[in-house]
Amino acid sequence: MEKIRKELVVSAIENGTVIDHVPASSVFKVIRILNLENVNNQILFGTNLDSEKLGKKGIVKIRDKYFEPEEVNKIALVAPNATLIIIKNFAVVEKKTVEVPNTVEKFVKCVNPNCISNHENIITQFTVIDKVKTKLQCHYCEKITEKKNMVFI
Amino acid sequence: MKNKSLVSISDFTKEEYIRILDRAENFAINPNQRLLEGKVVAVLFFEPSTRTRLSFEAAINRLGGRVIGFTDSSSSSVTKGESLRDTILTVSNYADLIVMRHPKEGSARFASEISSVPIINAGDGANQHPTQCLLDLYSIRKTQGTLDNLNISFVGDLKYGRTVHSLSIALTHFNTTYHLVSPNELKLPSAVKMHIKNSKLIYNQYTDFSQAISISDIIYMTRIQKERFSDPIEYEKVKDTYVLKADMLQDIKPNLKVLHPLPRVNEISEDVDNLPQAYYFEQALNGVYVRQALLASILGN
Repeated sequence: MEKIRKELVVSAIENGTVIDHVPASSVFKVIRILNLENVNNQILFGTNLDSEKLGKKGIVKIRDKYFEPEEVNKIALVAPNATLIIIKNFAVVEKKTVEVPNTVEKFVKCVNPNCISNHENIITQFTVIDKVKTKLQCHYCEKITEKKNMVFI
Repeated sequence: MKNKSLVSISDFTKEEYIRILDRAENFAINPNQRLLEGKVVAVLFFEPSTRTRLSFEAAINRLGGRVIGFTDSSSSSVTKGESLRDTILTVSNYADLIVMRHPKEGSARFASEISSVPIINAGDGANQHPTQCLLDLYSIRKTQGTLDNLNISFVGDLKYGRTVHSLSIALTHFNTTYHLVSPNELKLPSAVKMHIKNSKLIYNQYTDFSQAISISDIIYMTRIQKERFSDPIEYEKVKDTYVLKADMLQDIKPNLKVLHPLPRVNEISEDVDNLPQAYYFEQALNGVYVRQALLASILGN
């Protein structure tokens, strides 16, 4: 009984995508990275929910929207254990975990203050050189941005 | 290589480096070849550098090309607040190739992406200076007869010296054994060491300069800059430790040569200059031949 009540804290969607097991601190970052601030779909989210896996977790549900894998993989930088659930007709049709992508564009700032990308109107680009520790090498200045220094644009 | 930009040393393959070095040998014998006749090269120096700029301009002139440009950003529209993007978009309409030095890291890569003509990076902040690397490779090959299987010692500031980073990475193609001599504060960055390790090559680190001298084929000296130290006492402790003096070159290999990207301050004592091991001034001259070879390969008819 207890379990069902918890699942309903954020109500179910008929069709769309659920991103579960997001660290509670990253829910708003996930929304920003997926550019959900600028879509017309209905979005339901919860944060600081109880989770057996994470202690506290966040969840985001987007009605009537399905993502390309590379689009969703971008959130792996802030939510490495997130689960992506495809819902059709209130039923789970597919469940997968996100993967750290090979390249990252647009939404991370280069850590190097002397990098040209911090001085001109440039879309940032990085190669992920370490997927476990999440280290990004800047396409422009070639410096490495580590997870602890990551700032999201 | 035709119409290709050179931004980072990793943009060219080993075969392409070798082709440039071979071609540079030909310019050393016969420097005046009008292969850039009718071409205009823009030399844009957003920060001053006498040696590199004059070397490029000499190379362009010896190839019969014309030079336009500016020698520091105070004499350009940058002082009016023009973005690098606008400067490059404008100048790429005027010239067939752009040689550029800029204080911001990554500026050359950015320029190469928006320019309609090739870019040669003549230094982007602390990041890359690939033509220096080519002239270092040329100097090593010229003095040793080969690039393969050499013991190369890098001495001084290995942390911030971009020439050391580029050359260390380029040398991973040639089965080099690295001897890295520096104070603890100025060790080679771990990313470069990782690159050496991934190439299955050996590096040894030393704080004592004397340990590396007798095993070296090449000693590559660099300047230790005071402003690199957070603690001035640490600088005072090491500043005279990494100075090469003539009496240190006793027990050495017969083929040893001493290189330095210049300008030198006091890290090579002047009594070394007249020894047969001193090669740093010839090294600077080789820069013209290497840049001629590069310009001719990218732009030549």
